[in-house]
Amino acid sequence: MSRSDVLVDADWAESRIGTPGVVIVEVDEDTSAYDKGHIPTAIKIDWKKDLQDPVRRDFVDKTGFEALLSERGISNDDTVLLYGGNNNWFAAYAYWYFKLYGHEKVLLLDGGRKKWELDSRELSTDVPERPKTDYTAREQDSSLRTLRDEVVAAIGKRNLVDVRSPDEFTGRLLAPAHLPQEQAQRAGHIPTARNVPWSKAANEDGTFRSDSELRSLYEGEAGLDFGRETIAYCRIGERSAHTWFVLHELLDLPDVKNYDGSWTEYGSLVGVPIELGEAR
Amino acid sequence: MSGANPASTAGTGGGCGAPAGGVSASAATGTPGGQAVVEGRVTREGAPVATGYARLLGTGDEFVAEVPLGDDGGFRFFAAPGSWTLRVLAPGGLRAERSVETDYGHVTRVDVTI
Repeated sequence: MSRSDVLVDADWAESRIGTPGVVIVEVDEDTSAYDKGHIPTAIKIDWKKDLQDPVRRDFVDKTGFEALLSERGISNDDTVLLYGGNNNWFAAYAYWYFKLYGHEKVLLLDGGRKKWELDSRELSTDVPERPKTDYTAREQDSSLRTLRDEVVAAIGKRNLVDVRSPDEFTGRLLAPAHLPQEQAQRAGHIPTARNVPWSKAANEDGTFRSDSELRSLYEGEAGLDFGRETIAYCRIGERSAHTWFVLHELLDLPDVKNYDGSWTEYGSLVGVPIELGEAR
Repeated sequence: MSGANPASTAGTGGGCGAPAGGVSASAATGTPGGQAVVEGRVTREGAPVATGYARLLGTGDEFVAEVPLGDDGGFRFFAAPGSWTLRVLAPGGLRAERSVETDYGHVTRVDVTI
């Protein structure tokens, strides 16, 4: 994999609008943005309603993912081009999710919805009709996802990258500053984690920084050992999917997992170690 | 180090995403309560700027949060007490910056013309 295999720019996306075999998908937590205007021909996926199990705190299962993609008219052979708001957090999460269930051809639009809007490119309110398909997913690829016990066991052994803001990392805030403060029972971070906010990987317009800038950010400034396995986490796993994309897809590190339970789970566990303040 | 802000137990759906204009302070908390709220509107030639982004930055330009502007050009952040920079981005390379001071229990109003 390299950057050109996984990331495309807005010109590329614009030239593929309406191309058979390319499905453009906007992914957001709040899909009202899609409803007001989206890239022409794009369909939508709702991060919460479509990708989270409505009862258990987990993903939709393989059957649920197959039903979703079949209903949205996505085939196994299609190239799925993902983009979204929030600097592509939820689109990166969906990218990771599609990979988890084994979809082969997935791309992320560099800069996502923000860059598209700031470029004043065309947005449409037409909702396309796509014929249903019979999508077949693979079993979840456990090499891309980690759960809490593996995270606790990784303390001091693997790279732990906490991609939240410095105030969330040190324990001053429990949630990003655009939200009321809520969720986890305790503030702080997982011991031995390094704080590399997701935002350091992105330019102001939402595009990713260059490979050399990214390499020096994680390996140089943050002191990650690229020879070790890495786990990324945030609060609910979508900002860390953005960093997973950087480390696993752009920088091609072989063993990077996203901890989607993230701080909402870890900060509410009984009996696990927590650190406050700056990284030690 | 001060403790985490315990102010709100109001639900926002549990996600991290930024709704256009930011989460409503009144819907989330009823009042600013213990929150340090920064809010305002972005206008250009008297009209709201509905397509654009408000970013809250800490010391050294450290990114803190970002919301897309609402239909009325509005934005809202729930920050920690302190000094921040508010930066607005809009199509056509338009941008503006303001310094902001916040404290718990206060709504700091910042209206921006670009």
